[in-house]
Amino acid sequence: MSFNFTVSPSFPNERISDWYIFNTWLQRSLSLPIHLELYDNFGAQRAAIAAGKVDIIHANPFDASLLVREKGFRAIARPEGPPDEMVIVSAAESPAQGIPDLQPGTRLACTDDPCVNTVGRILLEPANLDTGNTVELRRETYIQVAKAILRGEADIGFFPVAAFNALSSLVRRDIRVLVTSDTQVIQHVFLVGPALHDRVDEMTHLLLTMHETDKGRSMLEALGASRWQNVQQEDVEFMIDIISTLTQ
Amino acid sequence: MNLDHISGDPVEHVLTHADGTRRRVYVTSIEKPYPHGKLIVSRTDTAGIITQCNQSFVDMSGYAREELIGQPHSLLRHPGMPAAAFRDLWDTVKAGHQWHGYVKNLRKDGGHYWVHAAVVPNIRNGEIVGYTSVRREPSREHVAAAELQYREMNGQ
Ligand SMILES: Cc1cc2nc3c(=O)[nH]c(=O)nc-3n(C[C@H](O)[C@H](O)[C@H](O)COP(=O)(O)O)c2cc1C
Repeated sequence: MSFNFTVSPSFPNERISDWYIFNTWLQRSLSLPIHLELYDNFGAQRAAIAAGKVDIIHANPFDASLLVREKGFRAIARPEGPPDEMVIVSAAESPAQGIPDLQPGTRLACTDDPCVNTVGRILLEPANLDTGNTVELRRETYIQVAKAILRGEADIGFFPVAAFNALSSLVRRDIRVLVTSDTQVIQHVFLVGPALHDRVDEMTHLLLTMHETDKGRSMLEALGASRWQNVQQEDVEFMIDIISTLTQ
Repeated sequence: MNLDHISGDPVEHVLTHADGTRRRVYVTSIEKPYPHGKLIVSRTDTAGIITQCNQSFVDMSGYAREELIGQPHSLLRHPGMPAAAFRDLWDTVKAGHQWHGYVKNLRKDGGHYWVHAAVVPNIRNGEIVGYTSVRREPSREHVAAAELQYREMNGQ
């Protein structure tokens, strides 16, 4: 029997092969057959979760809620570094200097990332903007979100900070940041499902010591991290409680 | 509250807490604007004693972290807030539900800040072990409506 591993679709496309390399390393280190399945979008990944087709996941914080509270997953690690913050931007020539200047009817471009979209919606509340008085334009990628703004199809856009910083300086020159989130807590987590709970200690040790070898360090670097950090189940429960207040 | 920490022109109020105790506070009309993009987070035990808070909470309250941890959350109660709002908060969260509302908080310096607050019970193994509050920036329209409603509730 082989176990299924997946990664939250929010990572950049260039890292697909790096996740395959990570998976090969994980399989060999644990002597376990693990199949990596990457989904194009959050909807497809959620369907796989619902169908019980996921045993190991580097999860978006919003999916972590469902996985931990309802599916019995355990959090074992998270990448060291700042939390997953997001930005709301407009075209540099837009008259809006800040969120309160935005008006009903605002057209917003975003992808299907539940984390970025939920925090973005919270940050629009000071302008009394919600799904009822804004027009949401869904795009496949953050490059397309940037294009929607530069072409004037959208007034504002939602980006993870990392995806915004990855845009070329030429593109960013024509874009203005209206607000940057500072939630201080919302982060991706590495989760292990019930079928592998007897291997949790071993997997935790493996991840937490990964940066100690040259090979481990270079794999981590390719994935955009320096090391894995320990998480207690309560840290994740606390994050889930916080997220639950943002989705109601 | 100590007058030494107050900036501006303070008015003295005596708060009566839900448990019947009274406390003197000093209040000015100075509002500290909500910091854009931030969440203000704190946690309490089941009795409402602060056990944990983030840096934004420290910055906005005006107290040092050591002055907050171990204190009742009512340390931040503003006299403009009606007791009924907090009764509703406690009834809701003790029943295991989430509470949302607009809250005017009192700073150490006598000023205030408005938040859109949520309080959620921390349920672990089926039991409430404490509460978490997450505040976000309210719109000015919601603040104005809450201000009016609370003034009516206070009979002013
Ligand atoms: C998690 C949590 C956060 C709270 N945050 C606040 C707050 O920011 N400001 C406030 O006045 N009361 C807050 N309260 C309510 C207080 O516990 C208290 O009920 C209120 O200040 C009224 O004081 P009293 O109950 O002593 O009359 C909070 C309660 C909980 C459980």
